[in-house]
Amino acid sequence: MSLLAIILSFIFVILALVLSTAFKLGLGKDIIITCVRATIQLLVVGYILNAVFGFDHPLGIILMLLVMILVAAQNAAKRGRNIPFVFWKIFITISIVEIVTQGFLLGLKIVPATPQYIISISGMIIGNSMIIANLFLNRLQAEIDLRKEEILLVLSLGGSVKQSIFPILKNSIRASLIPTIEGQKTIGLVQLPGMMTGQIIAGADPIQAVKFQLLIVFLIMAAASLTAIILGFLLYPSLFNKEQQLVPNRFLSP
Amino acid sequence: MEIELKNIHKSFINQGERVSVLKGINGEAEKGEILTIIGPSGSGKSTILSLCNLLQTPDDGELYVGGKEIRDWDVRQLRRYVGIAFQSGPMMKGTVLENLSLPMQLQGRTLDNPQTYMNYVGLSEELLNREAKELSGGQRQRLSLARTLVNQPSVLLLDEVTSALDSKAAQEIEALILSINKDHNTTILWVTHDLAQAERVGDQTWFIMDGQLVEAATTKQFFSEPKDQRTKEFLNRSRDKK
Repeated sequence: MSLLAIILSFIFVILALVLSTAFKLGLGKDIIITCVRATIQLLVVGYILNAVFGFDHPLGIILMLLVMILVAAQNAAKRGRNIPFVFWKIFITISIVEIVTQGFLLGLKIVPATPQYIISISGMIIGNSMIIANLFLNRLQAEIDLRKEEILLVLSLGGSVKQSIFPILKNSIRASLIPTIEGQKTIGLVQLPGMMTGQIIAGADPIQAVKFQLLIVFLIMAAASLTAIILGFLLYPSLFNKEQQLVPNRFLSP
Repeated sequence: MEIELKNIHKSFINQGERVSVLKGINGEAEKGEILTIIGPSGSGKSTILSLCNLLQTPDDGELYVGGKEIRDWDVRQLRRYVGIAFQSGPMMKGTVLENLSLPMQLQGRTLDNPQTYMNYVGLSEELLNREAKELSGGQRQRLSLARTLVNQPSVLLLDEVTSALDSKAAQEIEALILSINKDHNTTILWVTHDLAQAERVGDQTWFIMDGQLVEAATTKQFFSEPKDQRTKEFLNRSRDKK
């Protein structure tokens, strides 16, 4: 793709800006910031990936993955920033998900152990885990607000902290997984996944691209379930104090 | 002494500001006694109950239950020793039987005699398989009391348990609570807005205002010869409203 083509693609940004102004949507500033950020971020990532691929050393890959997980954890932790150690709990969760999924992929030689594969697939897994962590925290907050009486009831009857929060935890895990499951149901029917589209545009055989996309679908399903479950179990003890009381105001809007 | 409060303080953070809810409460309730607690809304009555069940912890002072300071109790054991029934009679999703069995289920046990509890609180056994959330207000409160009784508590904390009910249901629940007290010698701390009820059922009555125990006396003396001017004004105001 030529530089001129990229410059021309800014026509779409101008179109969005014109529409926002015409309909007084007040989104002009957001559109500009988003586009500038996306341009800078992607350009930086492009150069970094170039460097990592050229470096061709495990340390480069590990550093890259670490940065990705740190940024994802930082982003998802905003929702529950009053929860003690929430950042580290999300960081540990995403790290476990990454290790388990890459462990299977590389251990069973499903994909080659090259930076190109490891980093690209990790990006999808980590990004997806970040979204699931966000959805989970959101839902957990809503469920606690709605069902606080049930938590107090179980505690007041001599139940444990885990017994009091378990039904709520289960609901929150389930709810945070629904968008992933629903999204995968219509895959290929409503829209072609970005990665598959990219491969086809780059000249890959569509069947080959589909096979690879299937791998990603299955991977994301497992990563999403793992994220919600691990985070749920790491997080719930922080919602209570040592006297087994529900601590209020653990959640804050980002 | 079954319950003893010594200089109890409690405050909460509300919108960034610390609000003192209890300011040095001293008082006690004997085994088998019914202590009625009255006072304006927001005076700290319900907070006293939640401290006794350790759903909240005092900031300062000592609180003895069954002769033992609450911080020395195993939390879960204390919560079985001191049962609490809430105003709304909250129910878990599930049947009446599942709700009634909840205290046992939480201990990994099964409830052998649900019918006994249903009969005791005046609920038909036929309701056992009904969804608990479908019950009427009065039925829910009966079930809530029965569920609390499954733990065989020595102390029962009642937070406005009849205030959401019609007068007939309220009277029936009141009679049920009195029989629980009589049959099991259960100590009862009963927060109520209904002064006539407090006078009818209490052995001892406390008047709480602005987080302070303004007056504590035998119920008879409290209502016939209140000593503190604030108590007199509160009783007069409440009677005038009627």
